[in-house]
Amino acid sequence: MKLKKGIPVIDQGDRLGFWGGKFGGNFVPETLKKPIEDLEIQFNKLKNDKNFIKERDKYFKNWVGAPTRFIKLNNLTKHVSGAQIWSKVVSDANGGAHKIYNATVHCLLAKRSGKKVIIGDTGAGYAGKMLSMAAKKFGLKCKIFMGAKDIKRQQPNVKAMKKNGAVVIPVYSGSQTLVDAVSECMRYWVANCDTTAMCVGSTVGPAIFVRICGWSTSQISRELKIQLMNEFGNIPKKLKLYNCVGGGSSSFGFWNEFMDYDKKQVEFIGVEAGGPAKSKKHAAPLTYGSKIGILHGAAQYVNQDSDGQIEETESISAGLDYPGISPLHCFLKDTKRARYTAASDEEALKAYQMVTKYENLRPSLEPSHAFSVAIKEAKKLSKDTVVIINSCGDAYKDRGILEKKLGKKYVKSN
Amino acid sequence: MLNPISLAFKKAKEEKRPALLTYTVAGDSSKKQSLEILKAISYYADILEVGVPHNTPVADGGQIQTSAYRAIKNGIKMNDIFKVVSDFKNSKNSKPVIFMGYYNMIFQYGENNFLKKCKKSGVNGLIVVDLPWPENKIFSKKCKKNSINFIQLLSPTTSKKRLKSITKDSHDMIYYISMLSTTGGKLKVSPKKILANYNKIKKINPNKNCVIGFGITEKTISKFKNTDGLVVGSQICKEITRSLSNRQNPVINVSKIVSKLRKKIS
Repeated sequence: MKLKKGIPVIDQGDRLGFWGGKFGGNFVPETLKKPIEDLEIQFNKLKNDKNFIKERDKYFKNWVGAPTRFIKLNNLTKHVSGAQIWSKVVSDANGGAHKIYNATVHCLLAKRSGKKVIIGDTGAGYAGKMLSMAAKKFGLKCKIFMGAKDIKRQQPNVKAMKKNGAVVIPVYSGSQTLVDAVSECMRYWVANCDTTAMCVGSTVGPAIFVRICGWSTSQISRELKIQLMNEFGNIPKKLKLYNCVGGGSSSFGFWNEFMDYDKKQVEFIGVEAGGPAKSKKHAAPLTYGSKIGILHGAAQYVNQDSDGQIEETESISAGLDYPGISPLHCFLKDTKRARYTAASDEEALKAYQMVTKYENLRPSLEPSHAFSVAIKEAKKLSKDTVVIINSCGDAYKDRGILEKKLGKKYVKSN
Repeated sequence: MLNPISLAFKKAKEEKRPALLTYTVAGDSSKKQSLEILKAISYYADILEVGVPHNTPVADGGQIQTSAYRAIKNGIKMNDIFKVVSDFKNSKNSKPVIFMGYYNMIFQYGENNFLKKCKKSGVNGLIVVDLPWPENKIFSKKCKKNSINFIQLLSPTTSKKRLKSITKDSHDMIYYISMLSTTGGKLKVSPKKILANYNKIKKINPNKNCVIGFGITEKTISKFKNTDGLVVGSQICKEITRSLSNRQNPVINVSKIVSKLRKKIS
């Protein structure tokens, strides 16, 4: 298995949509073959269309708010006293997280294909919130599928979705989290694909959705590359990019533009959700050696039992609470381009406390996982190493959990 | 010699009626009970689809999901499912069995092992909901080698070109999904339109036994009498759920329904 240079990773799949011959693909019911093919044809054409890219960039700049900040965390750097610690503050984006990129692109595509309704899944509620925002912006009706358990623990985002006019459909099947929301959303699409567009909230699902999402979030690394040039005059000799990985959309977007650099120069570190320290359950299929299986239309490393039933996950962070992982990350793992590890719930909370203590930055529980590993590793790294953490979400949505776990003083500023 | 599935269609045709195919989930609500249900309904049904329960189904509606979750919760494993089938096949008056499920279960068992076990337990055909054409080409060939019918699915969204290619690569039986829906949806398309599509498929190759599924219930079944076969699933699963919550015997209730269904098309 080999990563090719000079070709975008999203375009390195084979004819049937498999990366490295075994990750991804289209394991879908016959009914979805046609709408997926239509979307493939549309996207393949538009992704090279100058006018479409212009349109996308216009909305990214004026509406999403590009570029998001790239800042040095001086106090944290001093405290850790190892590598320089920086952050790409993607939570600056309109709505407070990276999910806005994929949502915007899907709405642009839906609009062009004449669809009136767009549906989507959500875990932490960001994908749903952003889709509801974009749908409102582009005049589409919007339905969001969300696990009943997630609805309870991510209320601020649920309220935002409703405010934007979206219908939030609670999913009560299975573990009542993201995995079930994605299943239910796909089922709804099976029954309504003639009138409805579907947006998969991460770089997961049938191959075309993996590609569209990866293409959209790559905005993050496009911005970062320019910001690095402005700051350092060049891409630093020792650069480490830390990102949390649930489905894998923000991390893929954070890394994409640096793919062709030698990993000795630009290293990618993906941090999965290790779950509670005392629990055997986790949401870290790459770290803990899960086997390849099929979930939501794609072959990937996935938590499952020996029969192939998908296993329940456990994580404090709803956005990472997914048993599978993007085929793109499976591919990056097996080609050894990226390194993957996990942080526990407790470690993420500790990192959140540390970051908020030293910096004027409030990463949500998802990027707090990445901060945890980055801080730990930065201690042992030289001062000329540039560590960047993608702060891809804002903690506003987590205030209920943070208050419960850490006490009121940690959420006061929210 | 005809394989058991084709034989079942032939027999129904001789009786001038469509074949009746039922769908029940293996292990719903227990191994023993699902076996008893199979034994009871095989007096009226011609081919029995046995659902292999999976916990992330992307094409099943509420009724079948409920059955599948119930079976999984009660601890059914792949090897138990094979056992249910082989016990059924060893009973008197058994009928051809088709597994219906999702590819991950086969993938984890190993394609070759899975087919070996199917053959040994008496499974005659396979429907793999999320392994469409052309992705299923290699696996369907393997099935053929093992004398197991791989049943291709067709849907209202399938293009003409695809219809032809899929039919060409199909074995003795094909399955037409009546409408854009998960299983158990209300029939939202007129029977006339469904039959028009059905006839289109039959024209491509009249020798393939084509069944219609999704939205077929006691209420709608008699409108499709001039077809090769009809599948009823969700209504049966719903009846199991209803019986359990009313503390009634699902075996008796389900076999009553299947007997009624059979009468409606006879």
